[in-house]
Amino acid sequence: MSSSSVNLLERTGHPRFRIAPVRLWQLASVIAVFMVWEIAGRVPISVAFPTFLDTMQALWTMILDGRMAKAYAKTLEPLVIGIGLSGAFGIAFGILMGLSKKFQWIGEPIFVVMQAAPMAALIPLVTFIYGIGVAAKVVAVVILAAPIIVLNCYRAVRNASPSLIQMAESFQGTRLQTIRKIIIPDAAPMMFSGLRLGVAAGFIGVILAELLITPNGIGDLITYHRSVAEYADMYAAIFSIVCFSAIVVGLLEKAEVVLFRPEKKGG
Amino acid sequence: MSVDAQITDDMATIRGAGVDSIVEVRGVSKFYEPDTQALLNINLEFPRGEMTTLLGPSGCGKTTLLKIIAGLLEQTEGEVFVNGMRIKGPGPERAFVFQDFALMPWANVIRNVSFGLELRGMPKKERYDIARRYIAKVNLTGFEEKFPHELSGGMRQRVGLARALCVDADVLLMDEPFSAVDEQTRRQFQEDLLSLLQIEEKSVIFVTHSIEEAVYVSDQIVLLSPRPGRVNKMIRPEIDRRGSADEIRRDKRYLDTVEEIWHELRDYLE
Repeated sequence: MSSSSVNLLERTGHPRFRIAPVRLWQLASVIAVFMVWEIAGRVPISVAFPTFLDTMQALWTMILDGRMAKAYAKTLEPLVIGIGLSGAFGIAFGILMGLSKKFQWIGEPIFVVMQAAPMAALIPLVTFIYGIGVAAKVVAVVILAAPIIVLNCYRAVRNASPSLIQMAESFQGTRLQTIRKIIIPDAAPMMFSGLRLGVAAGFIGVILAELLITPNGIGDLITYHRSVAEYADMYAAIFSIVCFSAIVVGLLEKAEVVLFRPEKKGG
Repeated sequence: MSVDAQITDDMATIRGAGVDSIVEVRGVSKFYEPDTQALLNINLEFPRGEMTTLLGPSGCGKTTLLKIIAGLLEQTEGEVFVNGMRIKGPGPERAFVFQDFALMPWANVIRNVSFGLELRGMPKKERYDIARRYIAKVNLTGFEEKFPHELSGGMRQRVGLARALCVDADVLLMDEPFSAVDEQTRRQFQEDLLSLLQIEEKSVIFVTHSIEEAVYVSDQIVLLSPRPGRVNKMIRPEIDRRGSADEIRRDKRYLDTVEEIWHELRDYLE
Protein backbone atom coordinates (compact mmCIF):
# COMPACT_ATOMS: atom_id res chain seq x y z
CA MET A 1 0.00 0.00 0.00
CA SER A 2 2.92 2.29 0.63
CA SER A 3 4.19 2.23 -2.94
CA SER A 4 2.70 5.06 -4.93
CA SER A 5 3.31 3.33 -8.26
CA VAL A 6 0.67 0.70 -7.57
CA ASN A 7 -2.41 2.75 -8.25
CA LEU A 8 -4.59 -0.32 -8.35
CA LEU A 9 -4.08 -0.83 -4.65
CA GLU A 10 -5.02 2.68 -3.71
CA ARG A 11 -8.30 2.34 -5.48
CA THR A 12 -9.28 -0.65 -3.34
CA GLY A 13 -9.28 1.71 -0.36
CA HIS A 14 -12.17 3.65 -1.84
CA PRO A 15 -15.10 1.24 -1.31
CA ARG A 16 -14.49 1.51 2.43
CA PHE A 17 -16.74 4.57 2.39
CA ARG A 18 -19.50 2.51 0.82
CA ILE A 19 -19.35 -0.33 3.34
CA ALA A 20 -21.20 1.60 6.02
CA PRO A 21 -24.44 2.05 3.98
CA VAL A 22 -24.26 -1.63 2.92
CA ARG A 23 -24.13 -2.71 6.56
CA LEU A 24 -27.02 -0.35 7.37
CA TRP A 25 -29.20 -1.85 4.66
CA GLN A 26 -28.30 -5.36 5.80
CA LEU A 27 -29.25 -4.45 9.36
CA ALA A 28 -32.48 -2.92 8.08
CA SER A 29 -33.36 -6.18 6.34
CA VAL A 30 -32.85 -8.14 9.58
CA ILE A 31 -34.90 -5.64 11.59
CA ALA A 32 -37.67 -5.73 8.99
CA VAL A 33 -37.92 -9.51 9.28
CA PHE A 34 -38.08 -9.34 13.07
CA MET A 35 -40.76 -6.63 12.93
CA VAL A 36 -42.91 -8.64 10.53
CA TRP A 37 -42.46 -11.61 12.85
CA GLU A 38 -43.50 -9.53 15.88
CA ILE A 39 -46.58 -8.17 14.11
CA ALA A 40 -47.55 -11.60 12.77
CA GLY A 41 -47.22 -13.01 16.29
CA ARG A 42 -49.40 -10.25 17.73
CA VAL A 43 -52.20 -10.60 15.18
CA PRO A 44 -51.88 -13.61 15.85
CA ILE A 45 -51.72 -15.66 12.67
CA SER A 46 -51.84 -18.84 14.75
CA VAL A 47 -51.85 -19.75 18.42
CA ALA A 48 -48.80 -21.83 17.63
CA PHE A 49 -46.89 -18.75 16.44
CA PRO A 50 -45.27 -16.73 19.23
CA THR A 51 -44.13 -13.13 18.85
CA PHE A 52 -40.51 -12.27 18.29
CA LEU A 53 -40.12 -10.77 21.75
CA ASP A 54 -41.67 -13.82 23.49
CA THR A 55 -39.30 -16.03 21.54
CA MET A 56 -36.30 -13.95 22.54
CA GLN A 57 -37.38 -14.11 26.15
CA ALA A 58 -37.70 -17.91 25.97
CA LEU A 59 -34.29 -18.07 24.32
CA TRP A 60 -32.76 -16.05 27.12
CA THR A 61 -34.31 -18.30 29.78
CA MET A 62 -33.11 -21.42 27.97
CA ILE A 63 -29.57 -20.06 27.74
CA LEU A 64 -29.57 -19.16 31.45
CA ASP A 65 -30.95 -22.47 32.75
CA GLY A 66 -28.44 -24.47 30.70
CA ARG A 67 -30.91 -26.27 28.44
CA MET A 68 -29.34 -24.69 25.35
CA ALA A 69 -25.79 -25.62 26.32
CA LYS A 70 -26.82 -29.22 27.00
CA ALA A 71 -28.68 -29.49 23.70
CA TYR A 72 -25.82 -27.96 21.74
CA ALA A 73 -23.33 -30.36 23.31
CA LYS A 74 -25.50 -33.24 22.08
CA THR A 75 -25.95 -31.76 18.61
CA LEU A 76 -22.41 -30.60 17.99
CA GLU A 77 -20.71 -33.88 18.91
CA PRO A 78 -22.02 -35.88 15.90
CA LEU A 79 -21.75 -32.78 13.70
CA VAL A 80 -18.05 -32.31 14.46
CA ILE A 81 -17.29 -36.04 14.09
CA GLY A 82 -19.30 -36.26 10.88
CA ILE A 83 -17.71 -33.18 9.31
CA GLY A 84 -14.28 -34.38 10.44
CA LEU A 85 -14.81 -37.74 8.77
CA SER A 86 -16.36 -36.42 5.58
CA GLY A 87 -13.75 -33.66 5.47
CA ALA A 88 -10.74 -35.95 5.80
CA PHE A 89 -11.97 -38.75 3.56
CA GLY A 90 -13.96 -36.51 1.25
CA ILE A 91 -11.04 -34.22 0.46
CA ALA A 92 -8.66 -37.15 -0.02
CA PHE A 93 -11.09 -39.04 -2.23
CA GLY A 94 -12.07 -35.91 -4.15
CA ILE A 95 -8.41 -35.18 -4.93
CA LEU A 96 -7.86 -38.76 -6.07
CA MET A 97 -10.92 -38.49 -8.30
CA GLY A 98 -9.54 -35.30 -9.80
CA LEU A 99 -6.14 -36.83 -10.47
CA SER A 100 -7.03 -40.34 -11.58
CA LYS A 101 -9.52 -41.38 -14.20
CA LYS A 102 -10.16 -44.70 -12.42
CA PHE A 103 -11.14 -43.03 -9.17
CA GLN A 104 -13.22 -40.60 -11.18
CA TRP A 105 -15.13 -43.45 -12.87
CA ILE A 106 -15.68 -45.22 -9.54
CA GLY A 107 -16.64 -42.15 -7.56
CA GLU A 108 -18.48 -39.84 -9.93
CA PRO A 109 -21.71 -41.87 -10.40
CA ILE A 110 -22.06 -42.57 -6.67
CA PHE A 111 -21.48 -39.04 -5.48
CA VAL A 112 -23.42 -37.32 -8.25
CA VAL A 113 -26.43 -39.50 -7.43
CA MET A 114 -25.93 -38.88 -3.72
CA GLN A 115 -25.79 -35.14 -4.29
CA ALA A 116 -28.81 -35.07 -6.58
CA ALA A 117 -31.02 -37.47 -4.60
CA PRO A 118 -32.96 -36.32 -1.53
CA MET A 119 -30.64 -38.11 0.87
CA ALA A 120 -32.71 -36.90 3.80
CA ALA A 121 -35.22 -39.59 2.79
CA LEU A 122 -32.67 -42.20 3.76
CA ILE A 123 -32.28 -40.92 7.30
CA PRO A 124 -35.07 -43.09 8.78
CA LEU A 125 -33.33 -46.10 7.21
CA VAL A 126 -30.15 -45.23 9.08
CA THR A 127 -31.92 -46.24 12.29
CA PHE A 128 -32.21 -49.84 11.13
CA ILE A 129 -28.45 -50.09 10.74
CA TYR A 130 -27.02 -47.73 13.33
CA GLY A 131 -29.77 -47.56 15.98
CA ILE A 132 -30.52 -44.24 17.60
CA GLY A 133 -27.15 -43.35 19.12
CA VAL A 134 -24.43 -40.92 18.12
CA ALA A 135 -23.40 -43.21 15.26
CA ALA A 136 -26.75 -42.75 13.52
CA LYS A 137 -26.43 -38.97 13.72
CA VAL A 138 -22.86 -39.09 12.44
CA VAL A 139 -24.04 -41.17 9.47
CA ALA A 140 -26.79 -38.63 8.80
CA VAL A 141 -24.22 -35.83 8.74
CA VAL A 142 -21.87 -37.81 6.51
CA ILE A 143 -24.43 -38.81 3.88
CA LEU A 144 -25.45 -35.18 3.47
CA ALA A 145 -22.02 -33.52 3.72
CA ALA A 146 -19.69 -36.00 2.04
CA PRO A 147 -21.06 -35.83 -1.54
CA ILE A 148 -20.77 -32.05 -1.58
CA ILE A 149 -17.24 -32.10 -0.18
CA VAL A 150 -16.07 -34.88 -2.51
CA LEU A 151 -17.56 -33.35 -5.65
CA ASN A 152 -16.23 -29.88 -4.89
CA CYS A 153 -12.71 -31.21 -4.31
CA TYR A 154 -12.92 -33.28 -7.45
CA ARG A 155 -14.07 -30.35 -9.55
CA ALA A 156 -11.53 -28.04 -7.93
CA VAL A 157 -8.70 -30.39 -8.87
CA ARG A 158 -10.05 -30.95 -12.37
CA ASN A 159 -10.31 -27.20 -12.90
CA ALA A 160 -6.79 -26.44 -11.70
CA SER A 161 -5.31 -23.94 -14.14
CA PRO A 162 -3.96 -25.82 -17.20
CA SER A 163 -1.64 -22.93 -17.88
CA LEU A 164 -0.03 -23.21 -14.41
CA ILE A 165 0.27 -26.98 -14.81
CA GLN A 166 1.98 -26.46 -18.16
CA MET A 167 4.24 -23.88 -16.54
CA ALA A 168 5.38 -26.41 -13.92
CA GLU A 169 5.88 -28.95 -16.68
CA SER A 170 7.98 -26.52 -18.72
CA PHE A 171 10.30 -26.10 -15.72
CA GLN A 172 10.58 -29.90 -15.52
CA GLY A 173 8.49 -30.28 -12.39
CA THR A 174 7.71 -33.90 -11.52
CA ARG A 175 4.12 -35.08 -11.35
CA LEU A 176 4.28 -35.07 -7.55
CA GLN A 177 5.72 -31.53 -7.47
CA THR A 178 3.01 -30.36 -9.85
CA ILE A 179 0.33 -31.84 -7.60
CA ARG A 180 1.81 -30.48 -4.38
CA LYS A 181 2.94 -27.07 -5.54
CA ILE A 182 0.39 -26.21 -8.24
CA ILE A 183 -2.76 -28.33 -8.33
CA ILE A 184 -3.55 -28.46 -4.61
CA PRO A 185 -2.83 -24.79 -3.84
CA ASP A 186 -4.79 -23.78 -6.94
CA ALA A 187 -7.72 -26.01 -5.91
CA ALA A 188 -7.59 -25.05 -2.23
CA PRO A 189 -10.08 -22.14 -2.30
CA MET A 190 -12.74 -24.22 -4.07
CA MET A 191 -12.05 -27.21 -1.83
CA PHE A 192 -12.54 -24.99 1.19
CA SER A 193 -15.85 -23.68 -0.15
CA GLY A 194 -16.86 -27.31 -0.58
CA LEU A 195 -16.06 -27.84 3.06
CA ARG A 196 -18.14 -24.81 3.99
CA LEU A 197 -21.12 -26.08 1.96
CA GLY A 198 -20.55 -29.49 3.54
CA VAL A 199 -20.83 -27.97 7.00
CA ALA A 200 -24.09 -26.28 6.00
CA ALA A 201 -25.41 -29.65 4.75
CA GLY A 202 -24.12 -31.32 7.93
CA PHE A 203 -26.32 -29.00 10.02
CA ILE A 204 -29.32 -30.15 8.01
CA GLY A 205 -28.31 -33.78 8.51
CA VAL A 206 -27.87 -33.58 12.26
CA ILE A 207 -31.12 -31.67 12.86
CA LEU A 208 -33.06 -34.06 10.61
CA ALA A 209 -31.59 -37.01 12.51
CA GLU A 210 -32.66 -35.46 15.79
CA LEU A 211 -36.14 -34.69 14.53
CA LEU A 212 -36.65 -38.08 12.89
CA ILE A 213 -34.70 -40.66 14.87
CA THR A 214 -32.70 -39.64 17.90
CA PRO A 215 -34.63 -37.60 20.46
CA ASN A 216 -31.97 -35.35 21.94
CA GLY A 217 -30.07 -32.16 21.16
CA ILE A 218 -31.57 -29.14 19.44
CA GLY A 219 -33.91 -31.29 17.36
CA ASP A 220 -35.38 -32.71 20.53
CA LEU A 221 -35.85 -29.24 22.03
CA ILE A 222 -37.94 -28.41 18.97
CA THR A 223 -40.07 -31.59 19.02
CA TYR A 224 -40.47 -31.65 22.80
CA HIS A 225 -41.64 -28.05 23.13
CA ARG A 226 -43.99 -28.50 20.21
CA SER A 227 -45.53 -31.57 21.84
CA VAL A 228 -46.18 -29.70 25.10
CA ALA A 229 -47.34 -26.58 23.24
CA GLU A 230 -44.55 -24.32 24.53
CA TYR A 231 -44.26 -22.58 21.21
CA ALA A 232 -42.00 -19.74 22.35
CA ASP A 233 -39.42 -22.28 23.53
CA MET A 234 -39.80 -24.27 20.32
CA TYR A 235 -39.19 -21.19 18.17
CA ALA A 236 -36.32 -20.14 20.39
CA ALA A 237 -34.61 -23.47 19.64
CA ILE A 238 -35.25 -23.06 15.90
CA PHE A 239 -34.08 -19.45 15.98
CA SER A 240 -30.89 -20.38 17.81
CA ILE A 241 -29.90 -23.17 15.42
CA VAL A 242 -30.59 -20.99 12.38
CA CYS A 243 -28.41 -18.22 13.82
CA PHE A 244 -25.74 -20.65 14.94
CA SER A 245 -25.33 -22.34 11.58
CA ALA A 246 -25.49 -19.02 9.74
CA ILE A 247 -22.71 -17.64 11.95
CA VAL A 248 -20.54 -20.75 11.62
CA VAL A 249 -20.92 -20.83 7.83
CA GLY A 250 -20.38 -17.06 7.67
CA LEU A 251 -17.17 -17.34 9.68
CA LEU A 252 -15.96 -20.12 7.40
CA GLU A 253 -16.61 -17.84 4.44
CA LYS A 254 -14.56 -15.08 6.10
CA ALA A 255 -11.79 -17.58 6.80
CA GLU A 256 -11.85 -18.60 3.16
CA VAL A 257 -11.28 -15.04 1.99
CA VAL A 258 -8.48 -14.46 4.49
CA LEU A 259 -6.73 -17.77 3.84
CA PHE A 260 -7.08 -18.28 0.11
CA ARG A 261 -8.17 -15.19 -1.76
CA PRO A 262 -5.47 -12.55 -1.44
CA GLU A 263 -7.08 -10.58 -4.27
CA LYS A 264 -10.30 -10.16 -2.29
CA LYS A 265 -8.59 -9.10 0.92
CA GLY A 266 -8.27 -5.57 2.23
CA GLY A 267 -11.39 -4.19 0.57
CA MET B 1 5.60 -25.23 -55.49
CA SER B 2 7.18 -21.83 -55.80
CA VAL B 3 6.76 -21.34 -52.07
CA ASP B 4 8.65 -24.56 -51.36
CA ALA B 5 11.42 -23.53 -53.69
CA GLN B 6 11.71 -20.25 -51.90
CA ILE B 7 12.02 -21.97 -48.52
CA THR B 8 14.75 -24.26 -49.77
CA ASP B 9 16.56 -21.23 -51.15
CA ASP B 10 16.34 -19.40 -47.88
CA MET B 11 17.40 -22.41 -45.88
CA ALA B 12 20.34 -22.86 -48.19
CA THR B 13 21.53 -19.31 -47.71
CA ILE B 14 21.35 -19.68 -43.96
CA ARG B 15 23.20 -22.99 -43.98
CA GLY B 16 25.64 -21.59 -46.48
CA ALA B 17 26.49 -18.76 -44.11
CA GLY B 18 27.72 -21.41 -41.70
CA VAL B 19 25.39 -20.35 -38.94
CA ASP B 20 25.50 -22.37 -35.75
CA SER B 21 21.93 -23.50 -35.03
CA ILE B 22 20.76 -23.87 -31.48
CA VAL B 23 17.36 -25.27 -32.37
CA GLU B 24 16.63 -27.32 -35.42
CA VAL B 25 13.16 -28.40 -36.51
CA ARG B 26 13.06 -31.24 -39.05
CA GLY B 27 9.92 -32.31 -40.86
CA VAL B 28 7.59 -31.47 -38.00
CA SER B 29 3.86 -31.95 -38.58
CA LYS B 30 1.05 -31.82 -36.10
CA PHE B 31 -2.42 -33.25 -36.69
CA TYR B 32 -5.33 -32.93 -34.34
CA GLU B 33 -7.72 -35.73 -35.19
CA PRO B 34 -7.42 -37.14 -38.73
CA ASP B 35 -8.56 -34.07 -40.62
CA THR B 36 -7.18 -31.10 -38.74
CA GLN B 37 -3.65 -30.26 -39.73
CA ALA B 38 -2.14 -27.68 -37.44
CA LEU B 39 1.38 -27.84 -38.88
CA LEU B 40 2.66 -29.41 -42.09
CA ASN B 41 6.27 -30.41 -42.66
CA ILE B 42 8.07 -27.58 -40.89
CA ASN B 43 11.83 -27.37 -41.47
CA LEU B 44 13.60 -24.56 -39.63
CA GLU B 45 16.91 -23.64 -38.10
CA PHE B 46 17.25 -21.12 -35.31
CA PRO B 47 20.68 -19.49 -35.17
CA ARG B 48 22.44 -19.38 -31.81
CA GLY B 49 22.37 -16.04 -30.04
CA GLU B 50 19.69 -14.58 -32.31
CA MET B 51 16.11 -13.56 -31.92
CA THR B 52 13.86 -15.46 -34.30
CA THR B 53 10.20 -14.57 -34.60
CA LEU B 54 7.41 -16.88 -35.65
CA LEU B 55 4.94 -14.55 -37.30
CA GLY B 56 1.57 -15.26 -38.83
CA PRO B 57 -2.16 -14.78 -38.51
CA SER B 58 -4.15 -16.72 -35.96
CA GLY B 59 -4.57 -20.35 -36.93
CA CYS B 60 -1.14 -20.67 -38.51
CA GLY B 61 0.07 -22.87 -35.69
CA LYS B 62 2.83 -20.58 -34.43
CA THR B 63 2.07 -21.24 -30.77
CA THR B 64 1.71 -24.96 -31.51
CA LEU B 65 5.18 -24.96 -33.08
CA LEU B 66 6.62 -23.08 -30.11
CA LYS B 67 5.07 -25.54 -27.66
CA ILE B 68 6.44 -28.46 -29.67
CA ILE B 69 9.91 -26.91 -29.45
CA ALA B 70 9.32 -26.43 -25.72
CA GLY B 71 8.39 -30.09 -25.38
CA LEU B 72 4.97 -29.18 -24.03
CA LEU B 73 3.16 -30.62 -27.05
CA GLU B 74 4.07 -33.73 -28.97
CA GLN B 75 4.46 -33.53 -32.73
CA THR B 76 2.77 -36.11 -34.91
CA GLU B 77 5.77 -36.39 -37.23
CA GLY B 78 9.30 -35.07 -37.36
CA GLU B 79 12.01 -34.22 -34.88
CA VAL B 80 13.28 -31.25 -32.91
CA PHE B 81 16.94 -30.88 -31.94
CA VAL B 82 18.29 -28.50 -29.31
CA ASN B 83 22.06 -28.17 -29.15
CA GLY B 84 22.17 -31.14 -31.50
CA MET B 85 20.21 -33.39 -29.13
CA ARG B 86 16.79 -34.74 -30.04
CA ILE B 87 14.26 -33.54 -27.47
CA LYS B 88 11.72 -35.65 -25.64
CA GLY B 89 9.76 -33.19 -23.53
CA PRO B 90 10.82 -30.03 -21.69
CA GLY B 91 14.46 -29.58 -20.75
CA PRO B 92 16.68 -27.27 -18.68
CA GLU B 93 18.17 -25.65 -21.80
CA ARG B 94 14.81 -24.14 -22.71
CA ALA B 95 12.64 -21.74 -20.68
CA PHE B 96 9.12 -20.66 -21.56
CA VAL B 97 7.45 -17.27 -21.16
CA PHE B 98 3.67 -17.63 -21.22
CA GLN B 99 1.15 -15.44 -22.97
CA ASP B 100 -1.11 -15.38 -19.88
CA PHE B 101 1.95 -15.00 -17.59
CA ALA B 102 1.09 -18.25 -15.70
CA LEU B 103 1.99 -16.77 -12.31
CA MET B 104 0.88 -18.53 -9.14
CA PRO B 105 -1.61 -16.10 -7.55
CA TRP B 106 -0.92 -17.47 -4.06
CA ALA B 107 2.83 -16.82 -4.30
CA ASN B 108 4.64 -13.49 -4.10
CA VAL B 109 6.93 -12.16 -6.82
CA ILE B 110 10.15 -13.65 -5.49
CA ARG B 111 8.65 -17.12 -5.06
CA ASN B 112 7.18 -16.95 -8.56
CA VAL B 113 10.50 -15.83 -10.04
CA SER B 114 12.45 -18.57 -8.26
CA PHE B 115 9.87 -21.30 -8.95
CA GLY B 116 11.92 -23.01 -11.66
CA LEU B 117 14.82 -23.30 -9.22
CA GLU B 118 12.48 -24.44 -6.44
CA LEU B 119 11.39 -27.34 -8.66
CA ARG B 120 15.06 -28.26 -9.07
CA GLY B 121 15.37 -28.54 -5.30
CA MET B 122 17.70 -25.56 -4.83
CA PRO B 123 17.80 -24.30 -1.20
CA LYS B 124 15.67 -21.26 -0.51
CA LYS B 125 18.43 -18.79 0.29
CA GLU B 126 20.38 -19.64 -2.82
CA ARG B 127 17.42 -19.46 -5.18
CA TYR B 128 16.14 -16.22 -3.64
CA ASP B 129 19.58 -14.64 -4.15
CA ILE B 130 19.47 -15.57 -7.83
CA ALA B 131 15.85 -14.43 -8.12
CA ARG B 132 16.70 -11.03 -6.60
CA ARG B 133 19.35 -10.53 -9.28
CA TYR B 134 16.88 -11.14 -12.09
CA ILE B 135 14.12 -9.15 -10.41
CA ALA B 136 16.58 -6.24 -10.52
CA LYS B 137 17.33 -6.91 -14.20
CA VAL B 138 13.66 -6.63 -15.14
CA ASN B 139 13.33 -3.47 -13.02
CA LEU B 140 11.06 -4.90 -10.34
CA THR B 141 13.26 -4.32 -7.31
CA GLY B 142 11.06 -3.43 -4.34
CA PHE B 143 8.20 -5.65 -5.51
CA GLU B 144 9.64 -8.94 -4.22
CA GLU B 145 6.94 -9.40 -1.61
CA LYS B 146 4.01 -8.26 -3.78
CA PHE B 147 1.47 -10.70 -5.11
CA PRO B 148 0.57 -10.95 -8.81
CA HIS B 149 -2.85 -9.32 -8.33
CA GLU B 150 -1.09 -6.24 -6.98
CA LEU B 151 0.89 -5.78 -10.21
CA SER B 152 -0.05 -4.37 -13.62
CA GLY B 153 -0.06 -6.62 -16.70
CA GLY B 154 3.32 -5.36 -17.84
CA MET B 155 4.85 -5.97 -14.42
CA ARG B 156 3.39 -9.47 -14.32
CA GLN B 157 5.06 -10.33 -17.59
CA ARG B 158 8.34 -9.00 -16.22
CA VAL B 159 7.93 -11.54 -13.43
CA GLY B 160 7.34 -14.24 -16.07
CA LEU B 161 10.47 -13.12 -17.92
CA ALA B 162 12.58 -13.04 -14.74
CA ARG B 163 11.39 -16.56 -13.92
CA ALA B 164 12.50 -17.79 -17.33
CA LEU B 165 15.89 -16.03 -17.03
CA CYS B 166 16.47 -17.48 -13.55
CA VAL B 167 16.91 -21.06 -14.71
CA ASP B 168 19.75 -19.96 -17.02
CA ALA B 169 18.46 -21.71 -20.13
CA ASP B 170 20.13 -21.21 -23.51
CA VAL B 171 16.87 -20.65 -25.34
CA LEU B 172 13.98 -18.43 -24.30
CA LEU B 173 10.66 -19.42 -25.82
CA MET B 174 8.23 -16.51 -25.70
CA ASP B 175 4.59 -17.03 -26.60
CA GLU B 176 3.06 -13.67 -27.51
CA PRO B 177 4.48 -12.27 -24.29
CA PHE B 178 3.21 -8.74 -24.84
CA SER B 179 -0.23 -9.42 -26.25
CA ALA B 180 -1.94 -8.96 -22.88
CA VAL B 181 -0.35 -5.59 -22.12
CA ASP B 182 -1.15 -2.13 -23.44
CA GLU B 183 0.71 -0.55 -26.35
CA GLN B 184 2.95 1.82 -24.34
CA THR B 185 3.99 -0.93 -21.98
CA ARG B 186 4.55 -3.16 -24.95
CA ARG B 187 7.00 -0.78 -26.62
CA GLN B 188 8.86 -0.17 -23.39
CA PHE B 189 9.01 -3.90 -22.83
CA GLN B 190 10.35 -4.56 -26.34
CA GLU B 191 13.19 -2.11 -25.79
CA ASP B 192 13.98 -3.51 -22.37
CA LEU B 193 13.95 -7.02 -23.78
CA LEU B 194 16.40 -6.09 -26.54
CA SER B 195 18.86 -4.44 -24.16
CA LEU B 196 18.51 -7.30 -21.68
CA LEU B 197 19.24 -9.87 -24.35
CA GLN B 198 22.40 -8.05 -25.40
CA ILE B 199 23.77 -8.67 -21.91
CA GLU B 200 22.32 -12.12 -21.38
CA GLU B 201 23.35 -13.70 -24.68
CA LYS B 202 20.29 -15.87 -25.08
CA SER B 203 18.77 -17.31 -28.18
CA VAL B 204 15.13 -16.38 -28.39
CA ILE B 205 12.20 -17.82 -30.27
CA PHE B 206 9.42 -15.34 -30.15
CA VAL B 207 5.82 -15.79 -31.26
CA THR B 208 3.78 -12.76 -32.25
CA HIS B 209 1.02 -11.69 -34.57
CA SER B 210 2.25 -8.12 -34.68
CA ILE B 211 4.28 -7.32 -37.79
CA GLU B 212 5.82 -4.17 -36.29
CA GLU B 213 6.86 -6.06 -33.19
CA ALA B 214 8.41 -8.85 -35.24
CA VAL B 215 10.40 -6.48 -37.43
CA TYR B 216 11.44 -4.33 -34.49
CA VAL B 217 12.86 -7.10 -32.32
CA SER B 218 13.95 -9.86 -34.70
CA ASP B 219 17.16 -10.92 -36.35
CA GLN B 220 15.16 -13.42 -38.38
CA ILE B 221 11.44 -13.68 -39.10
CA VAL B 222 9.70 -16.90 -40.04
CA LEU B 223 6.46 -16.15 -41.83
CA LEU B 224 3.90 -18.90 -41.36
CA SER B 225 0.78 -19.33 -43.47
CA PRO B 226 -2.41 -20.81 -42.05
CA ARG B 227 -4.42 -24.01 -42.56
CA PRO B 228 -2.25 -26.00 -42.45
CA GLY B 229 0.55 -24.04 -40.83
CA ARG B 230 3.63 -24.08 -43.00
CA VAL B 231 6.71 -21.98 -43.51
CA ASN B 232 5.95 -19.41 -46.15
CA LYS B 233 9.02 -17.22 -46.09
CA MET B 234 12.11 -16.36 -44.08
CA ILE B 235 13.10 -12.74 -43.73
CA ARG B 236 16.17 -11.20 -42.13
CA PRO B 237 15.32 -7.53 -41.46
CA GLU B 238 19.02 -6.49 -41.06
CA ILE B 239 18.00 -3.31 -39.32
CA ASP B 240 20.67 -1.13 -37.81
CA ARG B 241 19.71 -1.17 -34.11
CA ARG B 242 22.30 1.32 -32.95
CA GLY B 243 19.90 4.23 -33.16
CA SER B 244 17.11 5.14 -30.77
CA ALA B 245 13.76 3.39 -30.84
CA ASP B 246 12.21 6.27 -32.77
CA GLU B 247 15.00 6.32 -35.32
CA ILE B 248 14.58 2.59 -35.89
CA ARG B 249 10.82 2.99 -36.36
CA ARG B 250 11.47 5.64 -39.05
CA ASP B 251 14.25 3.62 -40.68
CA LYS B 252 13.60 2.87 -44.34
CA ARG B 253 14.57 -0.79 -44.03
CA TYR B 254 12.25 -1.16 -41.05
CA LEU B 255 9.32 0.37 -42.90
CA ASP B 256 10.04 -1.59 -46.10
CA THR B 257 10.20 -4.88 -44.22
CA VAL B 258 6.92 -4.17 -42.44
CA GLU B 259 5.36 -3.35 -45.80
CA GLU B 260 6.77 -6.48 -47.45
CA ILE B 261 5.44 -8.76 -44.69
CA TRP B 262 2.09 -7.05 -44.77
CA HIS B 263 1.76 -7.82 -48.50
CA GLU B 264 2.66 -11.46 -47.90
CA LEU B 265 0.15 -11.80 -45.09
CA ARG B 266 -2.58 -10.05 -47.03
CA ASP B 267 -2.28 -12.67 -49.75
CA TYR B 268 -3.49 -15.45 -47.53
CA LEU B 269 -6.04 -13.40 -45.72
CA GLU B 270 -7.86 -13.04 -49.02
